[in-house]
Amino acid sequence: MDKTFPSLADAVSVIPDGATVMIGGFGGSGAPIELVHALIDQGARHLTIIKNNAGNGHVGLAALIEQGRVDKLICSFPRSSDPSVFVEAYKAGRIELEIVPQGTLAERIRAGGAGIPAFFTPTAFGTQVAEGKPTEVFEGRSYVREKWLKADFALIKGELADPHGNMTYRMAARNFNPIMATAATTTIAQVSRIVPLGGIDPEHVVTPGIFVQKIVEVSAPAQEEDLNRAEAVYP
Amino acid sequence: MTEISHAKLSNAQIAWRAAQDIEDGAYVNLGIGFPEMVAQFQPPGRQAVFHTENGILDFGAAPARGDEDWDLINAGKKAVTLKPGTAFFHHADSFAMVRGGHLDVAILGAYEIAQNGDLANWSTGKGGIPAVGGAMDLVQSAKRVAVLTDHVTKDGAPKLVSECTLPLTGVACVTRIYTSLAVVDVVDGRFVLREKVPAVTLEELQSVTGAPLQIDGDVADLICPDDLA
Repeated sequence: MDKTFPSLADAVSVIPDGATVMIGGFGGSGAPIELVHALIDQGARHLTIIKNNAGNGHVGLAALIEQGRVDKLICSFPRSSDPSVFVEAYKAGRIELEIVPQGTLAERIRAGGAGIPAFFTPTAFGTQVAEGKPTEVFEGRSYVREKWLKADFALIKGELADPHGNMTYRMAARNFNPIMATAATTTIAQVSRIVPLGGIDPEHVVTPGIFVQKIVEVSAPAQEEDLNRAEAVYP
Repeated sequence: MTEISHAKLSNAQIAWRAAQDIEDGAYVNLGIGFPEMVAQFQPPGRQAVFHTENGILDFGAAPARGDEDWDLINAGKKAVTLKPGTAFFHHADSFAMVRGGHLDVAILGAYEIAQNGDLANWSTGKGGIPAVGGAMDLVQSAKRVAVLTDHVTKDGAPKLVSECTLPLTGVACVTRIYTSLAVVDVVDGRFVLREKVPAVTLEELQSVTGAPLQIDGDVADLICPDDLA
């Protein structure tokens, strides 16, 4: 078994128009910028994107939105230091936004990966965000029913991977990446280094390879923060 | 009003006061912005463990300019540092810490707080881009939910009100409010005044508060160091 792919373009070539795509990262940390740029080059349209943030500046997800390729965003916090691309698309009615509290977003993704179609949470009870959702009282407290989130593809970023797809992450860049890996039919990972089988201590594996379908090495990945400070624009 | 604005505590002083209530060993989440200052004012001999919802427990202060590692940031997307005892985890674990009731204290900012503990802090309701982040999770599930805020809005309107008019972040969730003039608890659907700055009378304080301030026992003087950075 060898899940490694020689190029980002090969890895993302299978993503069709209309796909639902999870993109890892919290802000720029853990965001698979090179995979997102490969998706821009690839051309798929009418995408539904699930990501904690709406992008920053003119790279990564912001660039994908700027190219008019995203119909809907499922997101907890679409603000950033430069959210102008998303704000413009949203105000012009070119992109639909579903706001999900951050913990509910994480749990919906976890539930999707674990085959749990719905769960109850006290988060957002009594707020606009819970309007129209079923509620139930457990042990005297009110809870909101939330549904799982699944995706056709997940684009994630890690530190190490072996050919079976076992992965590690780097510091707080872990964030949404491991749970998104579980919730997509096809998970495509970019990692800083591909190591041989045995190159990751089994005690240190964070994402077991069963959740990962394709791996591409990007040996010196860009940081969104650095690109934005340099006022980079993609493409 | 002039005397009241003169008597107001600074943001640093409000954060200092909140820090005095955090016990040794507490697990604490600080909201983005003003609440982050609380970490600077831990009393000597006490060590809280700070949680940042993007996936770190027990992180260090900001690095020197130029030493930032953008894989090591807090929920405000500001660079932080490692320290002995730091732990990383993914988002489902991070919010299991929050939603499972494992955090002792969450400290947030506010637009409005109602006397029953309802909090509005995520949307001004004016048609801007809505963005909620982790606030709705934190306020429903931390053991204590504290708010740091100016006592009034920039226009002088009360922020402590009988009922919130802005979209809610959470229902009946706030337990204590540290303002620029007072410390107020939410008890059984009422504001209970615990401390006030000595330069303001009870009547003056009530006049800038949008719901009755109950007195239950002594009201202590709210005195903070005036040399805080």
